[in-house]
Amino acid sequence: MRRTRERLLAVALVSPSILAIAIFVYGFIGWSARVSLSAWQGLLPNYAWVGLANYAQLLRDRRFQIDMRNTAIFTGLFLAACLLLGLLLAILLDQRLKGEGLFRSVFLFPMAISFIVTGVAWRWLMNPATGTRLSGLNLLFHNLGLDGLVSAWHTTPPPWGIAFIVLPAVWQMSGFTMALYLAGIRGISDELREAARVDGANELQIYRHIVLPQLQPVTLSAVIVLGHISLKIFDLIVAISGKDIRLDVPSIYMWTITFDANNFARGAAIGIFMLVAVSLLIVPYLSFSGRTEEGT
Amino acid sequence: MGKRTWLAWALLVALIASACGPAATPAPGTEGPAGTEPSAGGGEVEVFSWWTAGGEAEGLAAMVEVFNAEHPEFTLVNAAVAGGAGTNARAVLATRLSANDPPASWQGHAGQELIGTYVAAGQIQPLNDLYEAEGWLELMPETLIPLISQDGNIYSVPVNIHRANVLWYNPEVLAANSIEVPTNAEEFFAAAATLQAAGLTPLAMGEAWTAMHLFETVLLGTVGADTYNALWDGTGDWNSPEVTEAIEHFAAALDYTNSDASTLTWDQAAQLVADGDAAFTVMGDWAEGFFKGLGLTPMEGFGWAPAPGTDGVFQFLSDSFVLPVGTPNPEGSSAWLTVAGSKAGQEAFNPIKGSICARTDCDPSLFDEYLQSAMQDWTTDVVVGSLTHGVVANDNWKAEINTALGLFLADRDVAVFQSALATACAATGACQ
Repeated sequence: MRRTRERLLAVALVSPSILAIAIFVYGFIGWSARVSLSAWQGLLPNYAWVGLANYAQLLRDRRFQIDMRNTAIFTGLFLAACLLLGLLLAILLDQRLKGEGLFRSVFLFPMAISFIVTGVAWRWLMNPATGTRLSGLNLLFHNLGLDGLVSAWHTTPPPWGIAFIVLPAVWQMSGFTMALYLAGIRGISDELREAARVDGANELQIYRHIVLPQLQPVTLSAVIVLGHISLKIFDLIVAISGKDIRLDVPSIYMWTITFDANNFARGAAIGIFMLVAVSLLIVPYLSFSGRTEEGT
Repeated sequence: MGKRTWLAWALLVALIASACGPAATPAPGTEGPAGTEPSAGGGEVEVFSWWTAGGEAEGLAAMVEVFNAEHPEFTLVNAAVAGGAGTNARAVLATRLSANDPPASWQGHAGQELIGTYVAAGQIQPLNDLYEAEGWLELMPETLIPLISQDGNIYSVPVNIHRANVLWYNPEVLAANSIEVPTNAEEFFAAAATLQAAGLTPLAMGEAWTAMHLFETVLLGTVGADTYNALWDGTGDWNSPEVTEAIEHFAAALDYTNSDASTLTWDQAAQLVADGDAAFTVMGDWAEGFFKGLGLTPMEGFGWAPAPGTDGVFQFLSDSFVLPVGTPNPEGSSAWLTVAGSKAGQEAFNPIKGSICARTDCDPSLFDEYLQSAMQDWTTDVVVGSLTHGVVANDNWKAEINTALGLFLADRDVAVFQSALATACAATGACQ
């Protein structure tokens, strides 16, 4: 009797959330998928069935190919730089120096800012003007005599312009990665390291053979979180370069084609495409972590 | 336990009360109370726009005063939505229209941006009767009317007119380099070569849409008004050699622009001209307000001329108002449209906004030096429409052209760009 009542209460507690998610998340995902298989162009809904024509058109579309290339370059560089920098900062902070709390906070602060603010500030820093209108980092390099470092930043001809957008993104998110790694490192028991030292290992060997292998789950979590941020990146790129097609990514393409051109079918197709891409990252991770939890 | 339960109930009630509160109206702005009087011979007239700041908002307020004086039986509600140069307002409008809750009238760019979006969805009505009753067909330029119509039906009342094909220049820079204001492509490229050799930026350009703005003036200047109109109404050939030449001129012009163009807004590009870092910029005549705002004197601190090759042609864009299908107040909508197209209304709005009347009988003494010359050109020139500002191409077609243009800016492949333009016309434009 008491069990049933508890069960009933539990269900009642969760059911509003489940209902809301069922309608507003999964229901709308289903509706978007339906729209992506239709011919809806313009303000009046048009659910005429066209099969996978929108997706086929996307794959042939030059602009979407640029999007995918930019996303690949951005994601690869962003993940690598964030992980390396985060790990390095975490190892440095792990040395138990004075003022560790201060440094930890300072490295973590950029994460509290929105991408729009970061984008605007870095747009000024990465100003590519030359000659009499030098400004931002180019002016700094010039004044320091480092003219070799003066560059066109994100206006570099494709495909490498997008690589410069990685700079503000890493500046913002490496603190987060550092926090993850620091927690992971601190979670490794000191006894293991003491035992290694007793066996004659130096610090470098301890990091290589004991600490890093134990950080694999942390790395995986970081890759998942950073990966899905980078696959959906939008506001940072818009803040820095507007709707410049050379730096186009799928989310910007989806926004312009849906709201500027009123082409809802193709916009939905891009949205579902992005959903599938992110799922390929998240779903294996969830099932992997689910399985490991069951095992323990 | 009793205190906690009490607190929980209080929070729950507060939550429910806030959720059931007045639903947020979709158009934030100075909205009055809804449904105050019956609409026959009175009632609310809700006018929807994105004129929320600067000269636009003041001009609208002046036109509203004219409306209130002439039609005291109506209450005008200014439902302007800020942000995004109209993208926020259009998104809000789309939501309201699909909920069958149109305002009494709304602002839009005259031409295909309005027609291609709203006529296709059956959401705006023709205004031919109003035009005949008010005599506007005689008062507005003949070449304008087909550009704001479809199948003989006129769909909006243009309030203001801006010119897109204007070449702004710095007279001191030109004098210092002994350059005359160029009137065609050859003169322009000769001047640009001289300026580049002198270490200046010949042509200041800004972000993506200003590149499209430059392209449309170069296209007009190369192919001429007749071919230009034919390209947009489906009878022209985008694969023709004239278009190839236009694209090549455009590519050549791009070589003379500043390298950081994609990071500048249109006014930052105009600032380059004002500061003497660049000699020319091609921009609409809202740049005049910008130059005057810097305290520059016309023809001394800044000068203007028709974009090279376009003398005698007025490439226009216009803000206009429409009559919705299912308007909540038909007499009110008509009254507003009548005022929007009247001499008093347009004379109230345009001097403040910095544009010229769509009518040709407005009083020139109300306008400044540049606008007076624009008014003169408006009565005599051939009128063609702007691409960037929504006259000649609907949103879908324009977005396709925008993508093709963006790709061209990256790779400068003339043949690929031309075939993309032809494909865009066939797939989403008038060539179907």
